[in-house]
Amino acid sequence: MGENESEMVTIHVMGKKHEVPADLTIMKAMEYAGHQFRRGAGCRGGYCGACAAMYRVKGSYKLEGALACQKIVEDGMYIAQIPFSPAEKITYDLSELKPDANTFLEYYPEISRCLSCNTCTKACPQDIEVMDYVQASLRGDVEGAARLSFDCIGCGLCAVRCPAEIVPYNVGQLARRLNSRYVIGPTEHVLKRVGEVEAGEFDADIDELKRSDRKTLQKRYESREVKL
Amino acid sequence: MRLAYYPGCTMKTDAKNFDESTYSAAEALGIELLEPTRWNCCGTVHALAKDNVMNYLAPIRNLIRVEQMNEAELVDDKRVVTQCAMCYNTLKRANADAKADPDKMGKIRDFMEKEPNYQGSVNVVHMLELIKGLGWEEVKSKVVKPLDGLKVSPYYGCLLLRPREYGIDDPDHPTVMEDLFEALGAEVVDNPYKAKCCGAYHAVHLKEVAADLSYRILRQAQEAGADIIVTACPLCQFNLGDRQNEIKKHQREFEGIPVVYYTQLMALAFGKEGTGFEQNIPDPVPVLEEKGLL
Repeated sequence: MGENESEMVTIHVMGKKHEVPADLTIMKAMEYAGHQFRRGAGCRGGYCGACAAMYRVKGSYKLEGALACQKIVEDGMYIAQIPFSPAEKITYDLSELKPDANTFLEYYPEISRCLSCNTCTKACPQDIEVMDYVQASLRGDVEGAARLSFDCIGCGLCAVRCPAEIVPYNVGQLARRLNSRYVIGPTEHVLKRVGEVEAGEFDADIDELKRSDRKTLQKRYESREVKL
Repeated sequence: MRLAYYPGCTMKTDAKNFDESTYSAAEALGIELLEPTRWNCCGTVHALAKDNVMNYLAPIRNLIRVEQMNEAELVDDKRVVTQCAMCYNTLKRANADAKADPDKMGKIRDFMEKEPNYQGSVNVVHMLELIKGLGWEEVKSKVVKPLDGLKVSPYYGCLLLRPREYGIDDPDHPTVMEDLFEALGAEVVDNPYKAKCCGAYHAVHLKEVAADLSYRILRQAQEAGADIIVTACPLCQFNLGDRQNEIKKHQREFEGIPVVYYTQLMALAFGKEGTGFEQNIPDPVPVLEEKGLL
């Protein structure tokens, strides 16, 4: 990474100005500027959803959202991390639920406040049709809501932006759980494998691993079959 | 004829029998209804607040998706068929308002940004208008089981008829359902309360108000000798039908009368499966059996 001035851009992290290399992601640029992440950083690969950030670019009124580990900085960016979106953690017993609209309305009644403004969809760094899956939930289309929300990583940007104060990612998660249990149902190969585990078919292998020393484990790990 | 059909949420939940019988009736009439692959809430009557553009986004987006269906040549023309009276009223009014007011249309487009612009080309129609357009002779020609001897009392409610400029018929003297049921072979019974309020959303917070208003409508139909009442709105259906147990608590002599969606009796008269009677409260089957129709 060269320190050449022509490759540097100016960013503002929580209002403080920094000069950072132009080809860094928001996350790396913040680390370059001296921030250390105790929250708001996870897989660093765009999969886990821990590093939601919001920003505005100089000259634009638009408030944008992104994953800090994926978005490359731009000159004049104003950045704030959103490491957590406040949301109530609802608990429910999936085995007692019905896969219909009333289940969504019982646990997340605020979905009935949806204005269909689509702001959530525009905020989603995964390009998910967020509003459409909230709407599908409202009409009890469990399969549709599960399918549309499948790529959600729970970063929370939709929930932060929603003018109706809905927490869409929780709604999507409920949809996918209901879909797995009641629409798709248990799959044969999983039931078969669970049976094998319960019958003790893998106990000897696990015991052998537990007794192995670090060197053996490392050797086995490095020589494992990798399918890409 | 293949047309875009906007169902709305209630047709997929509490009014599945309306949805199912709509498809049955349409099929008999040679109309293929196609839902947009994605649709959102119609906007309900939020869109009545004319100064709040946010409330127009839901209905206008649905109309954009109908334009897209038309561009993709999935449907024959730019009509969108609606069935739920609330959806009809909201889409119809939002469409008219947006078309009439370039400033409003501009604001809607500005807010929607990257979404496609609404070209203002969609025509919102109610299923009853579509059926009327086919001609009553055409409807009559599809009847395989005339509703002989069944005294039917049509009930319109508010959202199909008012405001006047968006109504599907004369708000004071609507006749489209009367004409339809005559074509289906039924004996039409007039109810002077057929366009009076059923109590609408008072069903939620002021049950007794809705029960009282609905009772007057039901009573009038019974006094006129009706065997059955037909509705064209899921909320009317709920207040007049599902809520009869609530009404009986206040009106002890009231014995109840079946209430069904008009499409359910159409499907029956056309000899179609998918009438959805099993979802109706009170059960209309005994009356229909008594008349030899089931």
